[in-house]
Amino acid sequence: MKETSISNKGRSGLGKFLIKYNTYIMLLVLIIICTSISTDFFTADNWINIGRQYSGTIIVCMGMLFVILTGGIDLSVGSIQALGSVMVAWVLTTQGWSMPLAILIPLAFGFGLGMVTGLLTAYAKMAPFIASLAMMTIARGLAFMISNGQPVATPENSIGQLGVGAVGGVLPYLVLLAAVVVVIFALLQRYTSFGRIVIAIGSNETAVRLAGISVKKQKMAVYAISGLCAALSGIIAASRTAIGTPIIGEGLELDAIAACVIGGASLAGGEGSCIKTVVGVLVLALISNIMNLLSVPSYPQDVIKGLIIIGSVLLQSFTAGRKEQSV
Amino acid sequence: METYRVEMLQIDKHFGGVHALKNIDFRVEKGTIHALVGENGAGKSTLMKILSGAVQKDSGIIKIDGKEEAIHSPHDGKRCGISTIYQEFMLAPHLTVAENIFIDKLTQGGKWINWKNLRKKAQEILNRLGFDNIDPNMRVAELPVAYQQIVEISKNLMNDNTKVLVLDEPTAVLTFSEIEKLFGLVRRLKEQGVSIIYISHRLDEVFELCDKITVMKDGAVVQTVDAGRIDKKALISSMVGRELSTLFPKREAQIGEVVLKASHLTCGTMVKDVSFEVRKGEVLGFSGLVGAGRTETMRAVFGADKPEAGTVTLNGKQRLFKDPKQAVRSRLGLLPEDRKQQGVVLDQSIRINTTLSCLKKVERFPGWISDGKDKKTASEILEQLQTKYGSLEDPVSSLSGGNQQKVSLAKWMAADCECIILDEPTRGVDVGAKVEIYKNINDLAAQGIAVIIISSEMEEIIGMCDRVLVMRQGKIVGELEKAEITENNLIHFAMGG
Repeated sequence: MKETSISNKGRSGLGKFLIKYNTYIMLLVLIIICTSISTDFFTADNWINIGRQYSGTIIVCMGMLFVILTGGIDLSVGSIQALGSVMVAWVLTTQGWSMPLAILIPLAFGFGLGMVTGLLTAYAKMAPFIASLAMMTIARGLAFMISNGQPVATPENSIGQLGVGAVGGVLPYLVLLAAVVVVIFALLQRYTSFGRIVIAIGSNETAVRLAGISVKKQKMAVYAISGLCAALSGIIAASRTAIGTPIIGEGLELDAIAACVIGGASLAGGEGSCIKTVVGVLVLALISNIMNLLSVPSYPQDVIKGLIIIGSVLLQSFTAGRKEQSV
Repeated sequence: METYRVEMLQIDKHFGGVHALKNIDFRVEKGTIHALVGENGAGKSTLMKILSGAVQKDSGIIKIDGKEEAIHSPHDGKRCGISTIYQEFMLAPHLTVAENIFIDKLTQGGKWINWKNLRKKAQEILNRLGFDNIDPNMRVAELPVAYQQIVEISKNLMNDNTKVLVLDEPTAVLTFSEIEKLFGLVRRLKEQGVSIIYISHRLDEVFELCDKITVMKDGAVVQTVDAGRIDKKALISSMVGRELSTLFPKREAQIGEVVLKASHLTCGTMVKDVSFEVRKGEVLGFSGLVGAGRTETMRAVFGADKPEAGTVTLNGKQRLFKDPKQAVRSRLGLLPEDRKQQGVVLDQSIRINTTLSCLKKVERFPGWISDGKDKKTASEILEQLQTKYGSLEDPVSSLSGGNQQKVSLAKWMAADCECIILDEPTRGVDVGAKVEIYKNINDLAAQGIAVIIISSEMEEIIGMCDRVLVMRQGKIVGELEKAEITENNLIHFAMGG
């Protein structure tokens, strides 16, 4: 192991560069490939489209990233997104309440359900996989109950405005919202005690506890935040289509985990970056986008997407292995 | 001329920037018990790992029975007849004794496992070793630790072509009668012509058992002598390379009023009705055998474990800490014995580790860390402790053991602790770093901090402490002050003589 560390020092600058920026390079290569095979790809319309479509996913990924940083996992995000979306429609259409409530109530529910997952994980010492798996069915069930299993339309000129609107007619509100969320999370991670403790917990929970920090509260908090993000993405989903539907968000948790991992996060915890996670989402987004532009049918699309995830994670573990050896 | 059983010639090994072994020559004769002694970090274990193939040498030659062998993996080592028993067991706890002994030969060359045969063979091996009271059908996890060690040895000896048996600190977990049995076994193996390399810190055992002694220090061999031609004192000074007085720097500290007081603390089976107090500027030692309840007592004081009864008084305020958070808030710090698992967050930066317990102090406004304050606090304290590091952003894992320990200590200094408990503070660090840590401890005391040291190294207790409490089986059985702190007295209390 140590021998390679010596030879590693002798690596060329290019090798180091490739390893350090592999996520960005992957995105760049993908952009170049997409641009060269489809003339529709590198157009403002297409980019704005991608931005609208994936702003919700990016927000979900931020919540997921913090959970992953602590060494946990949250499988309930897809269901909470669905619950968020039907609750918007339920508040506006079924109850006829006001817009602020249509945003606050889903957010409160997402936060609350996330907190329950967090309580189970941090205080009842349940495995995060199991606790969030249970929450995944609970939230999905709630979404079906509220909507009676049917899509619910939202009134005209309400939440839909958020989905289609854009600053100056160019920059969609949704993209702006996602950008703000990403900046908040990046600052949280880099500059706050909370962010620092979250990373430290993922690296060595025992040491953090013995340093006099209440690990449980922080662990619970990341799940609550993840639930909040998922509910926000549900509101976004409802705003884009102007309907609340209980069947969206299937498999979103896996996409979110994949994006974090493509962005270099370690599922063991303690390592991951907000910006790189956004790049991870974009990698997934571009893969789907280009295949849509090329009219690849959806089943092969899934196979190809899976293969690309495997490839990129293999690349990660290869470079991570290098890094470990150099320590 | 008779050939040696093992000859390791000009063995050289680097770990990153650390020169772990410096051109070592090491020879073991046939049918002898050869002790390998030296301070932690002297390179004994590394040398043995190279012999067994677990670590690769940078350069040098290994000869077994005069023939040069290329040992590149543990498998090669086994092929050459080298069996190693490490400090940490390599056992599968949920499998039976028989399964563990034959873990790599379960089918005995056939297609299916013949359980009856396997058990019989395992029993034979155990009988041969003189441990016929171990049932081969028992799960290893249910055995006492000492017997697990025997299983470990059986597993290695099942290999009939064993020519060299390496024992790395084999007696650390054994009781006296078990040690006697082990010694009997080792002597019998010697008669059968097996060469034994015996690594131990217990010098009395070395003199009782071994024929030859090789002393290592800082990655080099100091000397190889016949056991009969050297006495303990000479052996220690050749291991340490200096007199004990220079190892333990002098302390100028004023002992003041009581800071921490524990009364009638009881916690689980390991802490029974323990009471003690420590004063400002005092260094209080906790001595005793491994498993005497010292670590458990301190964990109970610190709130890491929940005591069932008793009180803790810190600075006159009576309180029992529910968790470490409360303890740290009351300015009590604990440096755990397992540095890598509990003391530091290895993968994170030196900066994050140093200010982990005092985040409030480096915040600009609640929750928001000021980079400037953070860096300043960390670098000032690390400098005070004379920590050697490249950049504050390097991970702690990039540091040497001694410097990692300093980061762990710096965390408590940054948190302005008034009482710091150090559990085995110099375990796994080399002599040079040890002296520096001793100086750090003296500085803490001089600043008026109450220091408690748990240590299994008698010299450390004798050299560092103003007062020593000896624990045995969860109770405090003796208190020694100044001149009374001698090896004899410590052993007397620790063993219950």
